[in-house]
Amino acid sequence: MVVISDIIVQGVQMLLVLLLAPLLTGYVRKIKARLVRRQGASVFQPYRDLLRLLRKEVVLADNASWLFRVTPYITFAAIWVAAALVPTFATGLLFNWTADLIAIVALLGSARFFLALAGMDVGTSFGGIGSSREVMIAALAEPAMLLIVFCLALVAGSTQLSTVSHFLASSYVGLRVSLGMALVALFMVAIAENARIPVDNPATHLELTMVHEAMILEYSGRHLAMIELGAFLKLLLYVSLIACVFLPWQIALYGSGALSYTIGAAAYIVKLALAGFLLALFETATAKMRVFRVPQFLGAALMLGLLGTLLLFVSRSF
Amino acid sequence: MSAVALQMVCVAGLLGLAALAIVLSRSKISTPVIYGATLAVSTIALAGALRSLLGGAADATTLTLPVGLPWLGAHFRLDALASFFLIVINLGGASASLYGLGYGHHDPAPHRVLPFFPAFLAGMNLVVLADDAFSYLLCWEFMSLASWALVMAHHREPGNAKAGYVYLVMASFGTLALLLAFGLLAGPAGDYGFAAIRAAQHTPYAATLVLILMLLGAGSKAGLVPLHVWLPLAHPAAPSHVSALMSGVMTKVAIYGFIRVMFDLLGQPTWPASVVVLFLGSITAVMGILYAMMEKDLKRLLAYSTIENIGIVFVSLGLAMAFQANGLKMPAALAFTAALFHALNHSFFKSLLFFGAGAVLTATGERDMDKLGGLIHRMPFTSFVVLVGCVAISALPPFNGFVSEWLIFQAVLQSPELPQWALKIMVPAVGAMLALAAALAAACFVKTYGVTFLGRPRGTAAEAAGEVDRFSLATMFILAALCLLAGILPGLAIDALAPVATQILGSRMPAQTGQPWLSIVPIAEGRSSYNGLLVMMFITAAASLAVYVIHRFASHALRRGPAWGCGFSDATPAAQYSAVSFAQPIRRVFGTLVFHARDHVTMPPPGDLRPARLRIELHDLVWSGMYAPIADAVGFLSTRLNRLQFLTIRRYLSLVFATLVTLLLVLAIWS
Repeated sequence: MVVISDIIVQGVQMLLVLLLAPLLTGYVRKIKARLVRRQGASVFQPYRDLLRLLRKEVVLADNASWLFRVTPYITFAAIWVAAALVPTFATGLLFNWTADLIAIVALLGSARFFLALAGMDVGTSFGGIGSSREVMIAALAEPAMLLIVFCLALVAGSTQLSTVSHFLASSYVGLRVSLGMALVALFMVAIAENARIPVDNPATHLELTMVHEAMILEYSGRHLAMIELGAFLKLLLYVSLIACVFLPWQIALYGSGALSYTIGAAAYIVKLALAGFLLALFETATAKMRVFRVPQFLGAALMLGLLGTLLLFVSRSF
Repeated sequence: MSAVALQMVCVAGLLGLAALAIVLSRSKISTPVIYGATLAVSTIALAGALRSLLGGAADATTLTLPVGLPWLGAHFRLDALASFFLIVINLGGASASLYGLGYGHHDPAPHRVLPFFPAFLAGMNLVVLADDAFSYLLCWEFMSLASWALVMAHHREPGNAKAGYVYLVMASFGTLALLLAFGLLAGPAGDYGFAAIRAAQHTPYAATLVLILMLLGAGSKAGLVPLHVWLPLAHPAAPSHVSALMSGVMTKVAIYGFIRVMFDLLGQPTWPASVVVLFLGSITAVMGILYAMMEKDLKRLLAYSTIENIGIVFVSLGLAMAFQANGLKMPAALAFTAALFHALNHSFFKSLLFFGAGAVLTATGERDMDKLGGLIHRMPFTSFVVLVGCVAISALPPFNGFVSEWLIFQAVLQSPELPQWALKIMVPAVGAMLALAAALAAACFVKTYGVTFLGRPRGTAAEAAGEVDRFSLATMFILAALCLLAGILPGLAIDALAPVATQILGSRMPAQTGQPWLSIVPIAEGRSSYNGLLVMMFITAAASLAVYVIHRFASHALRRGPAWGCGFSDATPAAQYSAVSFAQPIRRVFGTLVFHARDHVTMPPPGDLRPARLRIELHDLVWSGMYAPIADAVGFLSTRLNRLQFLTIRRYLSLVFATLVTLLLVLAIWS
């Protein structure tokens, strides 16, 4: 009986992230449009885009190899598995112990590795510029992310997300300077990893400003749909990560009843809406920075992570 | 026959093969005979080492041969630590021999390689088996010389003579450091047997000196920064299967030497020693991969990447020393097991990648990545297995590189338990350095694979390439399978390493085979766990589901067309991103600090038809800051002392007389 409910919770979570991910992106786009006094497309536009892409034919460059064709699926699968391991509305997921936070970061790294390779596959300069910038940003974002993981693991005594969430939802924790720093750093890393303003601009196709879009420029049709869905999932993953670690209120703890699962799901939707609104607000208020300013931006995240970790040693109460 | 006797018989067999190779010398059958026989002997040695590690290797077996110093004899011993490293060596040896069966046919001068190949393997086996300082140093020097001969196999190619010279100098320097280290360990009583050294008490002063000397001696062989300069010269100079042995296996023998002395012979490590090792290890990891990132020669890049991995192993060993010094048994076993596991993993994927580089070299005759490209269409099997190697070395799940790095990060997370402030603050920073190295490694191997195998061919050599022979392919497929197996079933490997940790540290990681679904749990399940098998299954399931849904419901239409060129059609392949341009963002971010890197663009004025030129300026600060001054000083002194060669007989005699008087005076004052 317990196993069945575990499977249901895990399955619902996997489907939920898949269904909600385009909505979150559509919602952020809508808020951004409204903030600059445009009407904006419907929040359901990303679903329509995906369906439209699925119906279109694929135009493949003459030179594209098998790697180019399998990458969308590998990337999507790696991101989906990672997203399924982040607790959204309930902790104690069935396969929680399969991978911890470090492994989730590495799974996202696998997705990026293949995407960057696919960018090099066709042999145009666009793919190359996108890939080389993407790996440069990743090389800076990953150490920062790992220091955030250290900081969380030192507070909660674990790198298992369910345990971390469970611990932070309890009343022992309170406000800590270290956690505040980790939150800011995680926000900065999330911006960089999701190719958002000010690091990258997902809405442009101008070669000087684009990183991620340049890398996937050659994709079309169903392949592009998989990559887009992967990108939506990744944004949702980071938002869920921030929510489950820093705002774990009302998350359903392991083995609780149906009512608390419902409340948890409702609270999760509210958290997503809040985070999406803040993200849109932040993106509207800032301008895209030059590519070579990104190291400073991510360097700040790295320093915040390191400082947060070191503060934990200075005093247990920080 | 005892386990150690079996190993010694194998070594004797390898030495015999070396002699046979000289006899057969220029005959046609020598290549298949020697590589085939080496493969057989290595496989027997591998099986013996595996049996002794898995079947209760806690009881070491010893053997004394009546050779060597008259009053000493030569002692050999097989314990758990030696068994593990014998596995690494003989697995590498067997795969290199199998690869050599195919690759050796392309060798223009096989008689320069064949005698030294089994001799080199025998030397490495003997170093690990040696149980007294004299045999150890003798075998170490034999290993160095055999590998030097292999580096010099193609001595007429440009650059190889310099590579051999630098290697010889560094190897002699390293042996000197080791000689002094063992001299200190043996103490005034001068008992060179390892058993006596282990039993003796060592003063903290001597222990510090031994640490420094071991870092110089073993560190120069392993490739610790700043002693790494010979690796990127010597490893690419040798034939590719020998490069794989030198990079994937011989560096492990150096790590064995470090572990044997610092953990076993010297007794309990001290925490300041661990600070030094952690510092050097993390610097090595980041510097090594940055060098690799800047490189466009395929084999030199792989050699630099070896330096990075050696840094990772040393960081892990430093963590083990720190925990062991403070009596934290469980974290020490975790860090130590992670170090061994990473050494094993590195031998898998680095051999695989060097074999891949050899296959590319066979097919195209090129090592310069900027002249390759598009090989994925022409060498489908090679490009597939090299992709596996690239993913594994980039520490990405579900392959093996990720598991060992994950274990090291778990060890880093134990740092709050350390009592010393220096270590508490240092270890998280070292963890961040490791993360940086891992991310840069992924970037570096995207570059390596993307420029070499993907895109369009940049030259005629790459256009005309074809698939390599079956022996080479079989070897690479076996190694790729090992990379995957060690990644999805890491619990088995960790349990197999437990006897080594028990022997060296007196503690081991918790047994992993009892865990549900074969997940690995370093400390406790609530803290952290990882299951490579399930991650692999989940990814496969999710990808298959996506493929099924897409192919069931989405459009199947597919059209081939030219790539989008922004209005320009048929851009030349030279317009693709090359290794140099791919590295540009990272060169700008990290290279300005580490290499004083500058890009100079010479842009002709409008109307001028000259092409624009890009010149990249890189400075190897280690070379210019450390080796160049030493070389200058040696040159200056030798010019000055040169005058002594041309004295008259009268002046020589007075020189001798003056020296004698001075020495007598010194002696008189001393006593």
